[in-house]
Amino acid sequence: MRFAVTVFPGSNCDIDAIHAIKDVLGESVTAVWHKESDLSKYDAIILPGGFSYGDYLRTGALAAHSPVMEGVREAAEKGKLVIGICNGFQILLETGLLPGAMRKNDHLQFRCSIPTLRVENNETPFTLQYREGELIQIPIAHMEGNYYCDEVTLAELKRNKQIIFRYAGENPNGSIDDIAGICNRNRNVLGMMPHPERAVCDWMGSSDGMKLFTSMLQYWKENYGAA
Amino acid sequence: MQLKQLVKSLPHEPTPEKIRDQALYKELGLREEEYGHIVRHLGRLPNWTEVGIYSVMWSEHCSYKHSKALLRKFPTQGPRVLQGPGEGAGVIDIGDHLAVVFKIESHNHPSAIEPFQGAATGVGGIIRDVFSMGARPVALLNSLRFGELTSPRVRYLFEHVVAGIAHYGNCIGIPTVGGEVVFDPAYDGNPLVNAMCVGILEHDKLQKGIAKGVGNPVIYVGASTGRDGIHGATFASEELNEASEEKRPAVQVGDPFMEKLLLEACMEMVDQGLLLGIQDMGAAGLTCSSAEMAAKGEHGMELNLDLVPQREKGMTPYEIMLSESQERMLLVVEKGMEEKVKAICDKWGLQSAVIGHVTGDQRYRLYFQGELVADIPVKTLVDDAPCYAPEQKVPDYYRENETICPVEQVKDVDPQEALLQVVSSVNMASKRWVYQQYDHMIRTSTAVRPGSDAAVIVIRGTDKALAMSTDGNGRYVYLDPEQGGRIAVAEAARNVVCAGAEPLGLTDCLNFGNPEKPEVYWQFAQAIEGMSAACRELETPVVGGNVSLYNETKGQAIYPTPIVGMVGLIEKREHITTQAFKAPGDVILLLGETDAELGGSELQYLVTGKISGRPPRLDLEKERNVQQTVLRAIRSGWVRSAHDLAEGGLALALAESCIDGKLGAHVSLETDLAPVVHLFSESQSRILLTVSKENVDHVRTLAEENGVACTVLGEVTDHPELTIQVNGQVVIHQPIAKLTQRWEEAIPCAMSPSSI
Repeated sequence: MRFAVTVFPGSNCDIDAIHAIKDVLGESVTAVWHKESDLSKYDAIILPGGFSYGDYLRTGALAAHSPVMEGVREAAEKGKLVIGICNGFQILLETGLLPGAMRKNDHLQFRCSIPTLRVENNETPFTLQYREGELIQIPIAHMEGNYYCDEVTLAELKRNKQIIFRYAGENPNGSIDDIAGICNRNRNVLGMMPHPERAVCDWMGSSDGMKLFTSMLQYWKENYGAA
Repeated sequence: MQLKQLVKSLPHEPTPEKIRDQALYKELGLREEEYGHIVRHLGRLPNWTEVGIYSVMWSEHCSYKHSKALLRKFPTQGPRVLQGPGEGAGVIDIGDHLAVVFKIESHNHPSAIEPFQGAATGVGGIIRDVFSMGARPVALLNSLRFGELTSPRVRYLFEHVVAGIAHYGNCIGIPTVGGEVVFDPAYDGNPLVNAMCVGILEHDKLQKGIAKGVGNPVIYVGASTGRDGIHGATFASEELNEASEEKRPAVQVGDPFMEKLLLEACMEMVDQGLLLGIQDMGAAGLTCSSAEMAAKGEHGMELNLDLVPQREKGMTPYEIMLSESQERMLLVVEKGMEEKVKAICDKWGLQSAVIGHVTGDQRYRLYFQGELVADIPVKTLVDDAPCYAPEQKVPDYYRENETICPVEQVKDVDPQEALLQVVSSVNMASKRWVYQQYDHMIRTSTAVRPGSDAAVIVIRGTDKALAMSTDGNGRYVYLDPEQGGRIAVAEAARNVVCAGAEPLGLTDCLNFGNPEKPEVYWQFAQAIEGMSAACRELETPVVGGNVSLYNETKGQAIYPTPIVGMVGLIEKREHITTQAFKAPGDVILLLGETDAELGGSELQYLVTGKISGRPPRLDLEKERNVQQTVLRAIRSGWVRSAHDLAEGGLALALAESCIDGKLGAHVSLETDLAPVVHLFSESQSRILLTVSKENVDHVRTLAEENGVACTVLGEVTDHPELTIQVNGQVVIHQPIAKLTQRWEEAIPCAMSPSSI
């Protein structure tokens, strides 16, 4: 399986995502500079965390207009897997590939911790190896993770089972309905504030993020047949 | 071909004669005799630009004029040292063709008046020092001192300093993995903000801040130059007073996004081997970087200031040279390599400009609008800075303290009440409020997160890891600078040993008051003696650091506070050890001896509201023995947890290990001391270990061989309670949940006083 990790000026979790895919998952991964717009040779795309463009204007707002996002949009339309982590989630919201918006954490501080999440929907390419309702520990590190959407959108997210992860204990940012991660209606685009790539070895504090990547791999093998 | 040009003065600037006659150099912090030296070096009167350049280069911050003589006492060499003091950061070999690069630096004065930007740019500066060595920065630490949180001003400073550090480190993507925070009225008007950066370097990528090769281009990379931070270095070399607020423009504004781009661009240039020399434009900006590079390379330099990227119109040479705008780097490359450098800068969206070239005549020449505006023998800026050895005097308080007996002040306190007070003291309590604002997991190499004795990061591609810690107890140093200096080094080393590491070396940040006061200079000299002695005994050379003097407000000096940033090497990841108790049934051992030592202790401060007497004494041989015992025991695989006994003594160490491990402990000990004295004494060279039952004898035998006292204290239990018996009497019996709550809530409560 061929992964791409997009790199914008100010991305800083790109190396962690690459490490998780290459050294832990053992799959092929390429760092793709934001000026590339052709992503056709990749099976999955990771938009990593960080501070693309220094968070100037709004988090993710400038990166959303990078050439590489054309490739991401095309990949999403073709049903390829796209995951936006932290700043990557913010970028997906800014491009409209996922609904809603991000606000500053309600306590107005940056928060780095390892909260407990509940897997709300395991019938997606990203979560098929988790159990529904499974409690997992995945680190967060953000200033703007307070996800918000209007009531109509929220009802729709619930109806379509697009809420994939919720904070199970304390909500660390004030997000609506304790949302930690959502997907699109087609289930092939996931955005989440927690960092699964930071939870792939026990010594990191948790290895619960690994199943997200192995789920993606399993889905791809089953659907596109690893020749 | 070039005619000898005369050095010009700009029309709106004071003339050389006026500078002399009205002693205007004094406004820039230069003394009369220093001005005299400048005139002799130049053989004429300096113009305004030249006076400005000398004033920053000869400021305490850049020249170490009051400290140079004493700093020579530090041992700086060792078999693993690849680069000692004198470059951006120290470099120590860690095998596998890798080296660790680290340095600590203060940003106290800027943070006192503009805490967010002051602290943020402190972080930015220290990161540049590390990557200018060719190293990839992998971790940040800090050491902070504030007044008491009951003051709204202090809460403001604390909140914004932490937010500033978080902003910079989080955005640039380097984990802030450790540090310390202490609150004491001694720092009320003059907080300390010391930031440390650790990097990893491949040996053959080591860079130096040097200019060589006549005709080679000097390239400016990064943010453009503005009027911010002019005379920051001079400002940092004065006492703070009411007028300091007016110096707010001397504080720079940081842009971590720009620094991230600069970092990645410089790493690419290092990888491609493009650089002959590289130096950060930090304190004293373009002046210091260019002059130091030329002086170190035994070359000269000519710069055309019209080519310097500028953010504002109408900047004068004086302003361009003295600006401390952030996120700028100065490079020297082989002639012909300019385009390659530019291509990398363009990729990262960075400005770059060739602003001059290296010359062979050791002159430092600046041109502005076609005129020569400075012409200085470059070595006089760097090597001929004045050097002072001020008078020393033993302070009265030190003599008076000799007769004070701290034990008498506290011996009647109930131990249980004492423990509850100590765990909820903001100095001892959990620092989660601070470190949860720092991204401490990015780069996915953090194996021990903040909260244990030392932070640990693994080195990818090897089985090794690095342990790191910052430490310094100003109270001890105030009460006895020599002993306090020893303790600062020893405790930082002990912290990394407890993580399973062999201490490799250290960087120090020496925060003191005004060195021109004999009592302060005595403290400074004594502390350096003590630190040097400990460095020699523990074989931890000083490979770099920073001196911050003039930490005074309204004539009142801070506690003398040398901060030690220690780095240790963990040979195998399986040796990584933390302070948390691990399993019920494990046996709790105490290595080292406990005496009645409460001078400067947290308990004394909580009971009497001040510190007095003599601090704990440190026997260097004992210290070395206890550290070696613990390291060998860890490497033998016998140790489940290790925790340094520090402020708060044995009782607090036990409580912390219980809280962290979410387990209880049952402890029973015999002593001739009053229970509260034994439990809260801060005697040095003690480490708390837990081991599984079958390993107790191994550790005891090892300790005996090394001449280290080893006492079985009790065992870890799954009852969530801490029970301590002294001479058969239960003196402390507390649920862990209650201790945890007090310990966790102390700082959040102090930060929202309305909710108390």
